[in-house]
Amino acid sequence: MENVGVCDEFVNLKATELRLGLPGTEDGGEEERQKVSCCKSNKRAFPETEKDIESTGKTKPASPPKAQIVGWPPVRSYRKNNIQTKKNESEGQGMYVKVSMDGAPYLRKIDLTVYKQYPELMKSLENMFKFSVGEYCERERYKGSEFVPTYEDKDGDWMLVGDVPWEMFVSSCKRLRIMKGSEAKGLGCGV
Amino acid sequence: MDRAIKLQLSTSEMNYFPDEVIEHIFDFIPSHRDRNSISLVSKSWHKIERYSRHQVFIGNCYAISPERLIRRFPCLRSLTLKGKPHFADFNLVPHEWGGFLHPWIDALSKARVGLEELRLKRMVVSDESLELLSRSFVGFKSLVLVSCDGFTTDGLASIAANCRHLRELDLQENEIDDHRGQWLNCFPDSSTTLVSLNFACLKGETNLSALERLVARSPNLKSLKVNRAVPLDALTRLMSCAPQLVDLGVGCYENEAEPESFEKLMAAIKKCTLLRSLSGFSEVAPVCLTAFYPICENLTSLNLSYAAEIQGNHLIEFVQFCKRLQLLWILDSIGDKGLEIVASSCKELQELRVFPSDPHDEEDNNTAVTEIGLVAISAGCPKLHSILYFCKQMTNAALITVAKNCPNFIRFRLCILEPNKPDHITSQSLDEGFGAIVQACKGLRRLSVSGLLTDKVFLYIGMYAEQLEMLSIAFAGDTDKGMLYVLNGCKKLRKLEIRDSPFGNAALLADVGKYETMRSLWMSSCEVTLGGCKRLARNAPWLNVEIINENENGRMERNEEDEREKVDRLYLYRTVVGTRKDAPPCVTIL
Repeated sequence: MENVGVCDEFVNLKATELRLGLPGTEDGGEEERQKVSCCKSNKRAFPETEKDIESTGKTKPASPPKAQIVGWPPVRSYRKNNIQTKKNESEGQGMYVKVSMDGAPYLRKIDLTVYKQYPELMKSLENMFKFSVGEYCERERYKGSEFVPTYEDKDGDWMLVGDVPWEMFVSSCKRLRIMKGSEAKGLGCGV
Repeated sequence: MDRAIKLQLSTSEMNYFPDEVIEHIFDFIPSHRDRNSISLVSKSWHKIERYSRHQVFIGNCYAISPERLIRRFPCLRSLTLKGKPHFADFNLVPHEWGGFLHPWIDALSKARVGLEELRLKRMVVSDESLELLSRSFVGFKSLVLVSCDGFTTDGLASIAANCRHLRELDLQENEIDDHRGQWLNCFPDSSTTLVSLNFACLKGETNLSALERLVARSPNLKSLKVNRAVPLDALTRLMSCAPQLVDLGVGCYENEAEPESFEKLMAAIKKCTLLRSLSGFSEVAPVCLTAFYPICENLTSLNLSYAAEIQGNHLIEFVQFCKRLQLLWILDSIGDKGLEIVASSCKELQELRVFPSDPHDEEDNNTAVTEIGLVAISAGCPKLHSILYFCKQMTNAALITVAKNCPNFIRFRLCILEPNKPDHITSQSLDEGFGAIVQACKGLRRLSVSGLLTDKVFLYIGMYAEQLEMLSIAFAGDTDKGMLYVLNGCKKLRKLEIRDSPFGNAALLADVGKYETMRSLWMSSCEVTLGGCKRLARNAPWLNVEIINENENGRMERNEEDEREKVDRLYLYRTVVGTRKDAPPCVTIL
């Protein structure tokens, strides 16, 4: 395999220098090109591109933070997006919550980010657990239904679903519980 | 090929046979490459071949027009189309670049072609196209969409409602706008022909009762892949009414599976004695993987590459019992230890893909795989011929060992996560390691290289990779010589894609005729200039030379006259139909 005459041409120190991008380009130009390329695609942006450029704290010579390189490593966006979601979940950002219903033998889990507003969420819960909760209105809450959807918020308090603006609900909801019967009356009916 | 030559020798005698007989003989030659050869033998053979060709594969939808395709092959039944270049998978191609399905469906519909099968990859598909498709082809049987986008579940509803003889609806990794409608309900009650249904990539809720009814009335259903909205109890019911399943993709499992539901699931799984292929598991608690223990010895294909919540030790526990596995796609959380166990358990393994669970190295974990795992697999699995391996580090010694252990590689794709990373023990480039691979693997058709590489690796590739058809290069090489070695040496090269490497005009322009023998060339963040590309376009009218600009809004917003400007992204491909008319503003065709 060794062909000394040919090899000598290629052994040059620059090639072994650890750097990203083309030998000969300046770091400034490289970053600029990368910054522009980061904005190109209108597919879901990687969360990393929205972070500030920060030092990774590791000592790698002349190497911009890895997250800056568009399209690297070569993993399909679809796959990357699916794995990202898992990470967010495990960091407890409150997007996936458990749902229980009094009297039902099983728990369910739903992704709150899939819904845009309360009616969608309620419809989905109704489908899931086969119950009906009726319309929510500020005055009387869930009047006329023996089921009342409640949730536990970040502070550990049990609240009625629908009382706070949707975005606040999504960010503070830790889990859902559909109450039934007398316990429900206390929370659900307008007082 | 041999058959074609033999037939050629007896052409003179064969011409006394009626056309139908010759056509019948051609039916035994399905390979489209052999078919292409046959059609070149003589005028009469060309004609007979044309009318008897039912399957056509078009690797680049812009290489030919739908009208010309139909004119040549009017009896077309099965069409495969590929649109965007491969690097579109990694966000390197603007969303609106092209690859639209509609003109094809439109033309096929107008010509009343009896289309039965359509397979698309990286195409832009609209609901209108799907609707037109569903109404135009009475005998339509099979729709396979891979990495496509532009459509919603409304389009799927049309397919479900109108394709009376639908056997296969296979949606793989598409971006589909889920309107959470009732598309599954749109399969009429009389629809009983389904053999394969895959909607794993749909993100919204699924109408479970519609799904269950559909599965219950589809006795021929062999492959079912559901999305994450199908929970454990529904899955149990589905499997109970489809024990004939061969291929299963699992949706979502709640973490708190009640013991009773778990028992029921295991009972249903035990009955699926024909099950050979398993995938999905995107939200699964480890305990639920254990439900599949009863049939794991039968599995030949296992895709756990989306199972981010299952830790390495659970993966290992499961995989070690899958003694008949031929295909394994897994996350690097399995670790080197896990791969060593795979190597000792899965002696039938042919294809392995190890994906990064932490692509951007955010967690700085040490459970990713290294050269140790790769060497172990190569030593333990004698039938291995395809590998895709994402790892943190590699050495020449390991690659040389792998080459010795596995000279049968057809596909070898190695991605070291950090660009330009050298051999982590010797700090040298990985030229020798990859050189060993191409020298030993005489049948190598696809290669992706990574790590620190000089022009020398390309010298080796040009010298030894005689069967190479596709080469992917990133952050590699020193001078134009590197690219030239490849272009001059690899006679069978069809696709070359290069990013962030110092190849420029000299390499690009050295042998313009070479590109006519290839499907396409992609170069991004290299050294080619606008002037070089213009010169190429002038000298090669049979090529479309596309420049994709940085600014999506305008044409070249930088000084257009400055031919010394480096081109950000170049994509060129041979075509018989000239410049395409559907390019967006950010694409300039020279």
